[in-house]
Amino acid sequence: MSNTQTRNEARTLTGAEIVLQALKDNGVEVIFGYPGGAVLPLYDAIFHQNAIRHILVRHEQAAVHAAEGYARSTGKVGVVLVTSGPGATNAVTGLVDALMDSIPVICLTGQVPTHLIGNDAFQEADTTGITRPATKHNYLVKDITKLAGTVHEAFYVAKSGRPGPVVIDLPKDILIGKGPYTEAPKTEHRSYRPQTEPDPAQIKAAVALLKGAKRPILYAGGGVINAGPEASRLLTEFVRLTGMPCTNTLMGLGAFPASDPQFLGMLGMHGTYEANLAMHGCDVMLNIGARFDDRVTGRLNAFSPNSKKIHADIDPSSINKNVKVDVSIVGDAGAVLKALLECWQADPQPQDRNAMAEWWRQIDQWRAKQCLQYRQEGSIIKPQHAVKRLHEITRELGRDTFITTEVGQHQMWAAQYFGFEKPNRWMTSGGLGTMGYGLPAAMGVQIAHPDALVIDIAGEASILMNIQEMGTLAQYRLPVKIFILNNEYMGMVRQWQELLHGSRYSESYSAALPDFVKLAESFHARGIRVTRAEDLDAGIREMLAIPGPVIADIAVAKDENCFPMIPSGAAHNEMILGAGQSGGVAGVTDEGKVLV
Amino acid sequence: MPTPTPCPKNRFMPDSIDPSFRNATIAVLVENEAGILARVVGLFSGRGYNIESLTVAPVDAERRLSRITIVTSGTDMVIEQIKAQLDRLVPVHKVADLTLEGPHLAREMMLIKVVGKGENRMEALRLADAFRARVVDATTESLVFEMTGAGDKLDAFIELMRPIGLAEVTRTGVVAIARGPRSLQS
Ligand SMILES: Cc1cc2nc3c(=O)[nH]c(=O)nc-3n(C[C@H](O)[C@H](O)[C@H](O)COP(=O)(O)OP(=O)(O)OC[C@H]3O[C@@H](n4cnc5c(N)ncnc54)[C@H](O)[C@@H]3O)c2cc1C
Ligand SMILES: Cc1ncc(C[n+]2csc(CCOP(=O)(O)OP(=O)(O)O)c2C)c(N)n1
Ligand SMILES: [Mg+2]
Repeated sequence: MSNTQTRNEARTLTGAEIVLQALKDNGVEVIFGYPGGAVLPLYDAIFHQNAIRHILVRHEQAAVHAAEGYARSTGKVGVVLVTSGPGATNAVTGLVDALMDSIPVICLTGQVPTHLIGNDAFQEADTTGITRPATKHNYLVKDITKLAGTVHEAFYVAKSGRPGPVVIDLPKDILIGKGPYTEAPKTEHRSYRPQTEPDPAQIKAAVALLKGAKRPILYAGGGVINAGPEASRLLTEFVRLTGMPCTNTLMGLGAFPASDPQFLGMLGMHGTYEANLAMHGCDVMLNIGARFDDRVTGRLNAFSPNSKKIHADIDPSSINKNVKVDVSIVGDAGAVLKALLECWQADPQPQDRNAMAEWWRQIDQWRAKQCLQYRQEGSIIKPQHAVKRLHEITRELGRDTFITTEVGQHQMWAAQYFGFEKPNRWMTSGGLGTMGYGLPAAMGVQIAHPDALVIDIAGEASILMNIQEMGTLAQYRLPVKIFILNNEYMGMVRQWQELLHGSRYSESYSAALPDFVKLAESFHARGIRVTRAEDLDAGIREMLAIPGPVIADIAVAKDENCFPMIPSGAAHNEMILGAGQSGGVAGVTDEGKVLV
Repeated sequence: MPTPTPCPKNRFMPDSIDPSFRNATIAVLVENEAGILARVVGLFSGRGYNIESLTVAPVDAERRLSRITIVTSGTDMVIEQIKAQLDRLVPVHKVADLTLEGPHLAREMMLIKVVGKGENRMEALRLADAFRARVVDATTESLVFEMTGAGDKLDAFIELMRPIGLAEVTRTGVVAIARGPRSLQS
């Protein structure tokens, strides 16, 4: 690719060069990938340049999670490159994960040459067919003159509106053939133009409801993170201006500072007592960038029964999907918050200060339950305590810290006990709940933030699902810390079996676990094992002091349950608190049992 | 034959039967590109929405735009969801709920084969005349009628043919358009 040609005149390049040029023009610096026959032309083009760095993962699923971690921690689009057939099918779990959590990812997949498509050719899979419901949108490029335009469009689609994964399927003859390079069009997209600016009338209606509220609450979700750090700043400003309590979904953690006195913690199935009861008892609810997920609402016909609901979301299909709302605002969370702030300040109507003070007194009573309290006694490490100490010690260190998780109890404890003060520091698989997400996501975060502290809070079962990525950590010297809360159980499964299936622990014991210390060492990393509470702090400090990748295998109580818990099918005010305060499992109905 | 869909339980509140359950004729203007029909159909099957009928064909001179007409049913909330879900597909230009937005015309075409002789055959021809069905194929023992109209008119004709030799039916599904000057393709 020569630089001497002027930018405007259409240059003729190979398909592979066109793809790389388009990636560069869209600001891509890193791609996560794994080679194979169908993408060899792209790998050859990568060999010939230095602008884009390729990170070789050990499994294509991990490439997508790494791209997700990269994207979520930077706000940029994550890029993946995999081969046809098994390369593409291995990526599918990652794609659905990104779809569910609204993460912008572009996945380039190799494909057999166009004349062989449909022939059951070697390593052929109907990638666009398979990934249609797994992506926000996908493309099969059959005409090289459309290649550059398709890549540009894919970036626009992945990051605008509600972000999501986009697949571009690239037949090998297209990669080898020659065609024109065209720059990103300046014109609007033909059909996809999501609304980002809110309707002022709806903003006014929202402010009128909020000003008159006696028991308001702000429920903010992942959409605020999607909208960029400025939206989180505006959220914080708005909450402080209005004096309202604020709760975050699992995906929204970090959008509002956890240490702020107006923060009620996470809500939902494993949310705090105060957040859930405030949601249940509020008279006006403002939802910004959250999607009334079933893990948040509990039983729908008992969800916040006496409130007026305002919902702001960039995706109209999120509004009135599960919960019917009174005021709907379509727009970007940042733009909505800006408009709300301006409208609030311009609106002469006073707030009901007395009612607000009364509301906070009520909330303080709920808080006094101290629903997240646990007792660390004796030598056996409580998993909650391990996370709490990890948080406190990393806070002392003062390094910019990013947390990823796997899926299970440890994920919930991380959400409950690790306070996030800033957005983009918390990467977790919320919607799909993909075990094996955390390690590759941490890789992606570390690539984007080489000097930051990146920790995967893991379970001993989940970590094995993408353990091969230890090889990637070693190859690129990524100093990711893997902090395993090892309860020797698929703890979340065990907990449900205890509560719903008469303690019949069918297949949920983590038998035949590896020696994680030796496992780490065999992958050129360091391993630490901590078994006694007295040694926990030292173990954490040792882990943090090691400059390279570490697995810290923390043996924790085997039978600890994650509370509070709203059993599936129950309402917010039917929460089970910690063991001592639990009313047993009376809350689980037969209808609840069929829910996941 | 399409029997009326029984009102299903609301999928989120198992005990309630929502009185807003209704039929909807939805028109969708889309890019005429490979895979678009699969996207739309996949959306309906993936999310468990009903499809009573679906028709599609390009509608502009350059064949860049296609119009899909879908007859579906659901509660108001589900139909609002269907529209929003369709609208967020990248190649979708416009979505309109013709049932909600005002008076509209809905037509369907059918070819119907009746096999029989003698009095039955005469009766079929008489009824076809009354229904303005055209004979488009005839042998000594069979007739094929072409008929256009609203779905219930087609249903009624089929019912009449059933006892006198109904052999085969093929229907296009509904195409629909708003009455008056309003246009989806502006
Ligand atoms: C084991 C387990 C337990 C869980 N328990 C809980 C729990 O107790 N509590 C909990 O909260 N979650 C829990 N979850 C996560 C849960 O499944 C959902 O993933 C999560 O609640 C969804 O978060 P959200 O509503 O913020 O939506 P997200 O999935 O983050 O969706 C974002 C919403 O914002 C919109 N949006 C996107 N971009 C923008 C923008 N720029 N502007 C405005 N809007 C935008 C989107 O359209 C979407 O509607 C759990 C998950 C697992 C695996
Ligand atoms: C890929 C995948 N398979 C199965 C599940 C179901 N599942 C959810 S949590 C869990 C157990 C996780 O065990 P572990 O990683 O040890 O975490 P813990 O709950 O013990 O903290 C399982 C099997 C899942 N979420 N993802
Ligand atoms: Mg475990």
